[in-house]
Amino acid sequence: MEIKKLLVSSSPHVHSQNSVRRAMLWVLAALAPASLFAVYYYGAYVLLLLVAGIASAVLCEALILKLRHKPISPAFDGSAAVTGLLLALNVPAGAPWWLVAIGAVLAIGIGKQVFGGIGHNPFNPALAARAILVVSWPARMTSWVGPGLVSAATPLAAYRAGNAVPSHFDLFLGFRPGSLGEMSVFLLLVGGLLLINLKIIDWKIPASFIGTVALLTWILPREGQTAFFAGDPIFHVLSGGLILGAFFMATDWTTSPITKRGRIVMGVGAGIITAIIRLYGGLPEGVTFAILIMNACTPLIDRYTLGKSFGSVRGAA
Amino acid sequence: MALYGGQRKMNDLRVFWRGIFDENPTFRLLLGMCPTLAVSIAAGQGLGMGLAATAVLVASNILISLLRSVIPDKIRIPCFIVVIATFVTMVDLIMAAFVPGLHEVLGIFIPLIVVNCIILQRAEAFASKNGVWRSTLDGLGMGVGFTLALVLVSAIREILGSGTLFGLEILGFWQSFEPMGIMVSPPGAFIVLGLLIGLINFLSLRKA
Repeated sequence: MEIKKLLVSSSPHVHSQNSVRRAMLWVLAALAPASLFAVYYYGAYVLLLLVAGIASAVLCEALILKLRHKPISPAFDGSAAVTGLLLALNVPAGAPWWLVAIGAVLAIGIGKQVFGGIGHNPFNPALAARAILVVSWPARMTSWVGPGLVSAATPLAAYRAGNAVPSHFDLFLGFRPGSLGEMSVFLLLVGGLLLINLKIIDWKIPASFIGTVALLTWILPREGQTAFFAGDPIFHVLSGGLILGAFFMATDWTTSPITKRGRIVMGVGAGIITAIIRLYGGLPEGVTFAILIMNACTPLIDRYTLGKSFGSVRGAA
Repeated sequence: MALYGGQRKMNDLRVFWRGIFDENPTFRLLLGMCPTLAVSIAAGQGLGMGLAATAVLVASNILISLLRSVIPDKIRIPCFIVVIATFVTMVDLIMAAFVPGLHEVLGIFIPLIVVNCIILQRAEAFASKNGVWRSTLDGLGMGVGFTLALVLVSAIREILGSGTLFGLEILGFWQSFEPMGIMVSPPGAFIVLGLLIGLINFLSLRKA
C-alpha cells in the first residue's frame, strides 16, 4: 500500500476503518439475502450460477492485473466479486453457467480493466456485460423460468401482453419469475437500506430513480391507451429490475455523479428512460439501458452541477 | 521512423514493409476505419474489400506519381480525387462483372473507396513527392497491410459471431457452440478493433 509514503503528524489519530474492501464486503452482505432467496426459490442450480459469476470475475481480474504487471491484491478487494455477483443476479435462472462465466469475464475485461481498472470504468461493468449478453444471446437472456426451471413470463412481459400479473404482495415478497436478483423487493430493500444506513450508498439516486418511475407510470398512458393518471405505479415499482438497479447498480461510486444535485439528476434521468422504455419501447424492461445511458452522462452532469466555490466571481471562468 | 519520402532516404524494401507492420494503416495510422468497421463481418468480405482498395491504391499511387510535376499545388486534392474516382469506378464495374455476389454484399462500400483516407493520404503524403517505383511499393505495402488487418478483424468476428471462417464450418466439431450475436453487429466491430489496437500497442510497448 501507498500508506507508507504518507507523513503522519503526532497522535492522537482516529481511523475511520473505511476502505474499498470493507464497503464491498458490506455490499456483498446486502445482496446475500436476495441471492439466497433465489437459491431457495429456484433450487440449488442457481448456486452454481452465482459461484460461476463471482469466481470468473475474480480470476479474470487477477489474470489481467498480472498481465499488466500490477499488484494482484486489488482483485481480491471484493469489487470484482460484487461485479460478478451482480452480473449473475441479472440473468434468468435457466441460463447456462457458461453464459454467466463469459458475462463476468466481459464485465471485468471489457467493462473495467481496458479502461484502467477500479475507479476508471465509464460504465457499470456488470450492466455493460449484461447488455453484451442480451445482444449476443437474446434467446438465452430472455427465456424466463419459474420454480423448477419451467418457462414462465416475467410480470412486465405479461403486463405488456395484457395477461394476468402477480399480486402486489407476491411481487413484494418475490414469488414471481425474473432475473435471479430482482425478485424479492423486500429483501433487496433490507439490503439497500442497510447500505444507506452505513453511508455506502446515497439515498438520493434510488429515491429519485424509483420516484420518477412511479410518477411517470402513474401519469402516462401505456401504448395503445389514452387515459392519463390511470397507470399502476406500485406494480411498476415492484416489478422488473428497478429496485435492484436503483439501489445496487445506479449507485456505483465510479459511474454515478459526485454532486448532490447531480445524483438527483441521474436518478430522475434514469427514471424517465426506464418509464419510457417500459411504456412505449420495444422491450418490456429498460433499467439496464437507462442506467448505462445515465452512466455515459455522468461526467457532463458532474460538470454542470458542481457548485461555485465561495468567493468566485459571477461570470468569471 | 515516421518520416515520409524526401526527408530521409529509406531503402525500397522498407518502403514496402512499413505498410504492413510499423505503419499499418488500420492498426498504426488509424486510417480507413469506416470500411474496417463496416465490412468486417465475414473474412471473405474483408478480403474482397482489402483487395479492391489495394488495387485502387496501387493504381492511383502510380498515376499520381507520374502526374506529380503537372498537378498544380493549389488544387491537388481535387486532382487526386478525380484520379482515385476513376480507378474506383473501374474496380466497381470489374467486380460487378466478375464477382457479382461479393459486389452485392459490399454494396455502397465499393464506391466509398473514393473517400478512403488511406488512399488520399498516400497520394498526398507519398505518391505526390516520390518516384513511380517507390510509390508502387508504398501502395502495395499499405494495401497489403490494410488487407491483412481487415482479414484479421473479420476472421475474429466471423469465427465468434457465426462459427465459420471464409464460409467454412470450422467449429462443426463443437456441437454446443452458440454464436455470439454481438460480433456480427456494429458494436462487435468496435470491440474487436479496439482490443486489437490495444493489444498491438501493448506488445510494441513491451518490446520497446
